[in-house]
Amino acid sequence: MGSELARAVINGILGGGIYALMAVGLTLIFGVLDIINIAQGVMVVLGAYLSYALSVHLHLDLFLGLLITVPAMFAIGVIIQVAFIRPLHGSERTSMSLLASYAVAIIIEGVLYLIFGPNYVTLNASYVTNSVTLLGFHLPYIELYGFGLAVILVAALYLLLYRTRFGRSVRATMQDRTAAMLVGVDVNRVAALTYGIGVAVTAAGGMIFGATGGGFNPNSGYDLISRLLALVILAGLGSIGGALVASVFMLTIEAIVDIWQPSWSIVVFYAALVIVLLVRPAGLFGRQAARAQ
Amino acid sequence: MSSHRARFLTICISAAVMSAVLAACSSGGSGGSSPPAHTKKPILIGTSLSLTGDFSADGQAFLKGYKLWVHDVNASGGLLGRKVKLIYLNDRSDQGQVVTNYTTLISTNHVDLTFGPFSSLLTTPASRVAAQNHFAFIEGAGGAPSVFTAPPNMQAHNVFDVSLPIADEMVPFAKWVASLPASQRPKTAAYPMADDPFADPPVQLTQSMLQKAGVTTVYSKIFPAEVPDYAPAATNVAATHADIVVLGSTDVPTVNAFVKAFQQQHYTPKIFIAAAGPDQGTAFTSAVGVGNAGGIMVPNAWYGGSQNPESQRMVAEYIKIYGGTPSGINADVAEAYSVGQVAQQAVEHLKSLDNAKIISYLHSGVTLQSVQGPVTFDSLGRNSAATTFVFQWQNGKFVQVLPAGAPGSVTVLNPKPAWK
Repeated sequence: MGSELARAVINGILGGGIYALMAVGLTLIFGVLDIINIAQGVMVVLGAYLSYALSVHLHLDLFLGLLITVPAMFAIGVIIQVAFIRPLHGSERTSMSLLASYAVAIIIEGVLYLIFGPNYVTLNASYVTNSVTLLGFHLPYIELYGFGLAVILVAALYLLLYRTRFGRSVRATMQDRTAAMLVGVDVNRVAALTYGIGVAVTAAGGMIFGATGGGFNPNSGYDLISRLLALVILAGLGSIGGALVASVFMLTIEAIVDIWQPSWSIVVFYAALVIVLLVRPAGLFGRQAARAQ
Repeated sequence: MSSHRARFLTICISAAVMSAVLAACSSGGSGGSSPPAHTKKPILIGTSLSLTGDFSADGQAFLKGYKLWVHDVNASGGLLGRKVKLIYLNDRSDQGQVVTNYTTLISTNHVDLTFGPFSSLLTTPASRVAAQNHFAFIEGAGGAPSVFTAPPNMQAHNVFDVSLPIADEMVPFAKWVASLPASQRPKTAAYPMADDPFADPPVQLTQSMLQKAGVTTVYSKIFPAEVPDYAPAATNVAATHADIVVLGSTDVPTVNAFVKAFQQQHYTPKIFIAAAGPDQGTAFTSAVGVGNAGGIMVPNAWYGGSQNPESQRMVAEYIKIYGGTPSGINADVAEAYSVGQVAQQAVEHLKSLDNAKIISYLHSGVTLQSVQGPVTFDSLGRNSAATTFVFQWQNGKFVQVLPAGAPGSVTVLNPKPAWK
């Protein structure tokens, strides 16, 4: 039992890193823009497909491919923000963003179907199926790399937000959009760049998602979005570091439940969310706390 | 209206138009591949297929099977002297949408016949619509026991599954394991199952049979089918070091997730069989890799190398149109094609499209022929004439291995080769 529990905790920590990579863009976008990006799941899949295309057609290593997919996703994010999100204004902006991002998701999904078809594909590399043995546990390289990447990206985002001039502009926009404009912050530029960064980070999440799962097709994003939303709500909407902590927390609980009864893992996943929110309605790290970090 | 609302409306309309265009490109209704050769009104056949969503890979393969049958029947003069036109709607793998689609097909499109969708999950609600409208519901991918025992079918007896009833599909496998000499017989088995009416019954029956044969169960659990990551369940299975893994899978990603996790955990089961996934031809081998597919087994009634002349003709036509090899053809194609064949034989015998007559005829005990073999329906519409085979990937080829000694069966590759 001890080894099963230890294995579950390891699975939870490593799996949490993967989910953090997918969720951090979602929480960043909400924190700055008050946009609930329903398209995040499809963005993950888009990132996976970009990695797949580079891997299959240019034989580019998956991690090396991020040097192309991250900027590409950044550009896609900026375009989406300018075309679909920026025109939304007023008190209903957040709720309307649900519709707009859903439309974006449908469009991207349709384009992916046209290009790649419905068959499931997967990302392959030697480190995807190999593992290192540590204290009797086989730790998959891809999950270790994914967790490391999650920590690095979360730290980088933290530094960007809290140690740079651009970060100050972003946080000013997060706290009060109008006041930020009054002190000379170009909030449209900040919003576009932030949305782009949120989507760019998702490229890494997409690559790891595509390499660790059993396969993905254009529809795979819909299985993800409810879990990603749950994670960022648990973390506290807008909390970057919270996304990593919440992902590890929830995936660990799920993996532990998996030992006894896998069919209960989803129920416990959402039950844990409800319980935490009853105690801390603003999430583990709270939105205001997140904005004031 | 404020300017921002106007802009938002413009965005939504643009998105809706674009998505409608995309949807039309990928999922719109379509006629048969041949234009009508004469002026008679075509026979309309309606179906709902999962062209997007979780079952889209299977749905697209099913569409190929239906289209291939429509092509063939029209090339041979049509049905009752009339061309056949297939109308298909996309259900997005959604149980609600499939009900809407069949209602539309029957009430708006006024189809003459309905063919089934993909998966037991969708067949059950779809068959209810057909029953309410007194339509025969001939289908090829709704073999779960729950499809036949659903109240609408218990009353209307309108469901006819041309494929294998799935509950017994692993029986030849269990019998083979039990028949192995004691010294060679595996000692332990793991039974991970996706929460799906298709996946679980055959695995549970296998578990029962193997336990009686002295094979100890070391893992038997159901995991949620909708979870995007099966790694924890697969890792737990690997930790048992079971000799046999009987996986209750519904698709390729489930099997691939387990294969990947087993590789990561340095675990190769001696025997590995999955309820579904390995029968999907190149869709399977391209996901797991040809080398890793070696030794993996799957039950079914059909494979591309079948000696059935009807099947050989269909395979040749498929390859002519779509390319590839017999091993690369998804079994869904044959299941869909068989639906058309059975409907065709019933209509031609009756010289009528009357659904009540078709239901009565199909329940008469008549034996019909399909690319999957003979078809005879019992009182609930199960194909009692279906023969269960077990297939295995060997050196990149999909071959029949069980029942041992049956025509076409080759020796089982045992134990399964190590992962590549």
